[in-house]
Amino acid sequence: MSVLLFTIIVLLGAFLAGLLGSLTGLGGGVIIIPLLTLALGVDIHYAIGASIVSVIATSSGSAAAYVKEGITNIRIGMFLEIATTVGAISGAIVAVYLNANYIAILFGCILIFSAIMTLKKKVDHSTLDNTDKWAKFFKLNGSYPDKGVDHQYAVKNIPGGFLMMLFAGTLSGLLGIGSGALKVIAMDNIMRLPFKVSTTTSNFMMGVTAAASAVVYLHRGQIDPGIAMPVCIGVLTGATVGSKVLLKANTGKLKIVFAVVVAFLALQMIYKGISGL
Amino acid sequence: MNTLEKEKMNDRDIQVILGTLLRAGVIISMSIVLIGGTIFLIHNKGAITNYKVFKPELSKFSSIIAIFKGVSTFQGDAIVQFGILMLIFTPIARIVFAIFSFLIERDYLYVLIGFIILAIITISLNGGLAH
Repeated sequence: MSVLLFTIIVLLGAFLAGLLGSLTGLGGGVIIIPLLTLALGVDIHYAIGASIVSVIATSSGSAAAYVKEGITNIRIGMFLEIATTVGAISGAIVAVYLNANYIAILFGCILIFSAIMTLKKKVDHSTLDNTDKWAKFFKLNGSYPDKGVDHQYAVKNIPGGFLMMLFAGTLSGLLGIGSGALKVIAMDNIMRLPFKVSTTTSNFMMGVTAAASAVVYLHRGQIDPGIAMPVCIGVLTGATVGSKVLLKANTGKLKIVFAVVVAFLALQMIYKGISGL
Repeated sequence: MNTLEKEKMNDRDIQVILGTLLRAGVIISMSIVLIGGTIFLIHNKGAITNYKVFKPELSKFSSIIAIFKGVSTFQGDAIVQFGILMLIFTPIARIVFAIFSFLIERDYLYVLIGFIILAIITISLNGGLAH
């Protein structure tokens, strides 16, 4: 395939991935990787390198908007970034020594898990019980504005959340994805943050986490300009359009259709991985 | 104004500046990627792609020095890689900025946390662990 044709196909695919990723909340990375590997036969190491770059672009772009609104809890974000960056670097280093087939299988499993998570109904676990010693020491309790009213919230089980973030960071570094699904579990279910705060804070952390593993990938030659260029431009444009549409569209049905497609892609990746062993 | 309110005001200012910093970083780096990509396509549009097998030894721009050398000779793919490098540094610059703002707030615990994150990234940046 010529460079021009390849660039155009990847650009279109990445745009679609970014659009659907932002509409469903899955993120562009988990969709562009199967597209590159299954449809275009790109080695998963290159696909991961390109995807992680797009994760930095989209998360920094949307974090900019959230941070200005004052919903993001910067202290929680920075505190947990210690865990995610350590995890991300370890993951990226391990990925270097892993056979592409194992990565594909693991990727497929995480993809199915993420798809299920987007379909599950969210339960608000937020609490006002601000007695946690760790939360007090690290000044993690806070408030966020919603329709002009300040809502207070308290944070629980910091060590549990920290461990989960270490795991989320490792997967992010290993697979080149934002691993938003795991981050939200850590913050919603374990640390009991309100949705608005957990989604925006998770997004805020993604940039630094992805940057940590991107540095390792760059040194390893996994970030190829020929792939990374159309991927990051396409995903960012798609995600930007998606976030504009999101305000108007009803995404309930779309999520179900999309989860099925994603599950199908995931199974194909697992199958390809297993048959390649 | 009591100290709590003051802290809140400062927090808001920090968040607005942080948001602007992130957005500017993304826009600037993506523009560089776009320019580099256009140059790269003009010169290589007919070349044949081969990404079927991961060959790290073929990668031309896997270090900052190599990227700068390529940019100085105006190679499209080097300029793309330079834009990507800028993009990678956007969240890192955000941490540096956060350290300063926590320093102004005299929140030394978070100054320390910021430095810890920077140290982790610097270790990987040196490539000591990656090779």
